Amino acid sequence: MSPRSSSVGAHPVRDNPTKRQTWGRAQGALLQMLCLLLFTGLAFAQAIDPLPFKDHAQEVRFQSLTRELRCLVCQNENLADSNADLARDLRHEVFDLMQQGKSDDEIKQYLVDRYSDFVLYDPPMKASTMLLWFGPFLILLAGAAVVVVTVRRRGRAAAAVANDKPTDEGDDW
Amino acid sequence: MSRLLPFFGFLLLVLLFGFGIWWNTQHDQREVPSPLINKPAPAFVLPKLDDPAQTVSRDALLGKPYLINVFASWCIACGEEHPVLMTQGKSIGVPLVGYNYKDATDDAKDWLSKHGNPYDMVIVDREGRTAIDFGVYGAPESFLVDGKGVIRYKRIGPLTPEVIEKELKPAIAALSKEAP
Repeated sequence: MSPRSSSVGAHPVRDNPTKRQTWGRAQGALLQMLCLLLFTGLAFAQAIDPLPFKDHAQEVRFQSLTRELRCLVCQNENLADSNADLARDLRHEVFDLMQQGKSDDEIKQYLVDRYSDFVLYDPPMKASTMLLWFGPFLILLAGAAVVVVTVRRRGRAAAAVANDKPTDEGDDW
Repeated sequence: MSRLLPFFGFLLLVLLFGFGIWWNTQHDQREVPSPLINKPAPAFVLPKLDDPAQTVSRDALLGKPYLINVFASWCIACGEEHPVLMTQGKSIGVPLVGYNYKDATDDAKDWLSKHGNPYDMVIVDREGRTAIDFGVYGAPESFLVDGKGVIRYKRIGPLTPEVIEKELKPAIAALSKEAP
């Protein structure tokens, strides 16, 4: 099948050529649009709001800090990437706090005081987040325990079988 | 017995999965509980909508409880909430302070004259700077502030008759009980 099978020339369709043609064109247009969108995304990320950074180092610090903070409106986006109005406001807030000489931790605390730990992509370790931090290890331990028990049991069973009938071909597998 | 073990494991997963679904229908996943509950409301000084020369501050409102209602003319859910405030606003027993959030003054005035004004006063936060201090991340939101200037209750999303009856009124009743 040719990759251009949806276009009329390559694959004439009798019953409904016009529809087919428009579809082909629509597909092409859609593809073009998607490509364009891809680039506008990049352009936005760059020119989302030009902030007057003192130097490159500060801009880098700003970028990495806003990437660790969650946008409250589109909650799966970080502050650096979000186009939401509030995200822009919060970026400006972060920028202003930076100009005031606040440290990253102070800026994070400032936002946590207002929007709770939810703004942090990296949750702090405290009593209420213990399960979040150590839950996976608990599950891993449980899994390991199951494996150990199973292996031991099978080892014992195999040994018992071996003692009974050395010629057994291992039907239980 | 050990043959049934995988079945029990499966059953456990089904239960967990079911619980997850049930939990998510009970809670708005997008709702971020405010860390400001039972903390002093942030100090603010904001101009009034009808007379920008006059400002309202948190300290000027100390003494009796009030309800701050964050709204904007561009906010669709506020349009749904508005009729509820119009009919029930007076019956909740505390003054309603409209908090016009990131809105154009003319749009806000038009909106209120068109749909009616349920507020005892309306304050304006054009840039949304003070709203950040309140932890606002959308509209509508409502804050119940007590006479000492402490935020006692927050509603994220529109106030509905049900929410007013089940959450807001009990919260207000609790305030009047402890007031001397």
